[in-house]
Amino acid sequence: MFSYCTDPDTLSGLRWLSCYLTTAKHAGFYWSFLTVLTLLAITAPTALAFGFGGASAARSQFAPLRWFGKSYIAIVRGVPDIAFFLFFVIALDQAFEWIRHQWKCPDWPDAIRQGNDFVVCAAAKLPLGTAEQWVHEVYGFFTAVLTFAIVFGAFSANVLYGAMRAVPKGQLETAEAYGMTRRQTFWRVLVPQMWVYALPGLSNLWMVLIKATPLLFLLGVEDIVYWARELGGSKTPRFTDYPHGDWRLWYFLVLLVFYLCFTKLSEVVLERVMKKLTRGQATLGGTT
Amino acid sequence: MTCWEIVQAYAFRSLGFGERILPKDDFGLCTQFTLIGSGMLWNIYFGVIALVAGFFLANAIAVMKAQPSAWLRKPAEWFILIFRGSPLFIQFFLAYFLFQELKQSTGSVSWLTSAWAGALVVLFLNTAAYSAEIFYGALRSVPRGEVEAADAYGMSGWSRFRRIIWPTTLRLAWPAYTNEAIFLFHATTLVFFSGFPAFQQKGDALYYASYFADKTFNPFIPYPIVAFYFIVLTLAVIGVFGLANRHLNRHLPQDRRPRLKYRPQIIR
Repeated sequence: MFSYCTDPDTLSGLRWLSCYLTTAKHAGFYWSFLTVLTLLAITAPTALAFGFGGASAARSQFAPLRWFGKSYIAIVRGVPDIAFFLFFVIALDQAFEWIRHQWKCPDWPDAIRQGNDFVVCAAAKLPLGTAEQWVHEVYGFFTAVLTFAIVFGAFSANVLYGAMRAVPKGQLETAEAYGMTRRQTFWRVLVPQMWVYALPGLSNLWMVLIKATPLLFLLGVEDIVYWARELGGSKTPRFTDYPHGDWRLWYFLVLLVFYLCFTKLSEVVLERVMKKLTRGQATLGGTT
Repeated sequence: MTCWEIVQAYAFRSLGFGERILPKDDFGLCTQFTLIGSGMLWNIYFGVIALVAGFFLANAIAVMKAQPSAWLRKPAEWFILIFRGSPLFIQFFLAYFLFQELKQSTGSVSWLTSAWAGALVVLFLNTAAYSAEIFYGALRSVPRGEVEAADAYGMSGWSRFRRIIWPTTLRLAWPAYTNEAIFLFHATTLVFFSGFPAFQQKGDALYYASYFADKTFNPFIPYPIVAFYFIVLTLAVIGVFGLANRHLNRHLPQDRRPRLKYRPQIIR
C-alpha cells in the first residue's frame, strides 16, 4: 500500500503496523464487514416479507393455511436458532438440487439417497461443478440469506401477528360498516395502522438480527469471524512478511467493539424513529 | 446392537462414560436419539447453573443500576451494555482466547479454557446482564403506593427492600424472566461451535446432531430430534417457572393470579 512497505523486515512501530494493516489479506477482512452489512440489508426486508406472509397466513380464514402459519411461528421459536441455521443450510441445498434433478434428469435410474450419500446427476449440481469460485461464494451467501430470512421471518411473523391484533377493533368494524370487503379492510385499514404497534418488537428483532450475523461463520461464509480467526492466528516468518504471535484476542476485541457501536447506533436511531411515528397517536408514547 | 445396548453404550457418552468411539456406520433412530439426548445433559448443565448463579448477580446489578450514585450505576450500566450489545458468539470466542492468554501467562487457570468452566462463565455473565435489564425494568415499575405503605409501616432500607420491593420486582419480572430462561437454554447450543473444543468428542446435543448430519448427509433426522428435545426442555422450563410464578403470586385471589403463558418473545 505505502511506498515504504516494500521491505517489512526493516520496519518497526507504527510504520510496521500501518503496513501490516493494509496487506491484501486485511483488505479481505475489511470487505467482510461489508458482507455482514449486505447480509443485514438483504435479510431484514426479506425476513419482514416472510413475517408478513406468515402473520397473514396465521390469521387466514382458510384453515390449512392458518395451521401452516401458526406452526411456522411456533416451531421456529421453540427451537434454538443455531439448530435451524445448521439444518436449513444443508436442507435448502438438497431441496434445490432435488428439484433441479427432477427437472433436468427425469429418467435417472438410481435413487438419490444411497445410504449415507446424496447423489444427483451432474447437471443438477448446485452450483455446477464447472462454475467459477465467485458463483460458489454467491450461492453460499444466497442460502445463508434465505436461512436467516426463514428463521427471522418466523420471529417477525410473531411480532406482526401481535401487531395486527393490537389494531383497535373499532377501526375494523368501521371499515366493515363502510362496506369494505375483508381484503380491503386488511390492506387499507389494518396494514397501515399496525406498524406503530409492531415497531418496538421489530426494533428488538433488528438488534437480535445484528447479533446473529456472526453465525454466518457457521454457514460457511467468509465473514468477519472467519477473517478474525484467520488473520489473528500466530504467523511464522516462513509464510508471511509480518510474523506475529496469537493475536486472535485483539481481533475479536475489535469485532466486539464493532458490534457494540453498531447496536448502540441502531438503538439511538430506532428511538428517534419511534418518537416520530408515535407523535399524535393515542398511546403512552404519543401523549407525552 | 439392540436399542437397549445402544442406550447403555451411549447414554452418558457426552460425559465420557460408556463406549469411547462414536458410532461409525450404525446411524439408526435409536443411536441418534440416545447420543443427542446424551448431549442434552450439557445443555441442561450450562443452562441450569448459569441461570441459578446469574439470578443472584442479575439482582445485584439491577439494584446497582437503580442507584443514584454514579459510582455504582455506571459500572452496572457498562456491564449490561457490553453483554447485551454484542453477540454471544463473539463473547465466547473472546473469552476463550482471553482464558488461553491467562493460561499461558499465569499457568494456573488452565481449567478455564475447557468448555465446562469457560463457557459457563460467559453464559453466567451473559444471562446476568440480560436478566439484570429485566429486573431493572421491573424495579422501576414497582407501584409507588407499595413503597409508601412500607414507609408508613416504618420499614426502611434492607427490610423494605427484602419484604416489599424485591418480591414485587420478581412478580413483575417473572414472565419476561421465563422468556430469558428459555432463550438461555437455546443459547447453550452455541458453546461447542465457538472455539471451545469438545474434548474427546464430549459435546452437547447440537454437536452430536451436526456429527450425524455430516456423516449421513441427511439433516432431516438429527435436527428434528434436537428440536424435539428442546421443545420438551422448553415445556419443562415453563412448568418449573410456572410453579415459581404461582408461589410468587400466592397472596392473590385465585382468579386474579397472572398466568404464565407460552408466548416467547425473542429478546436475546
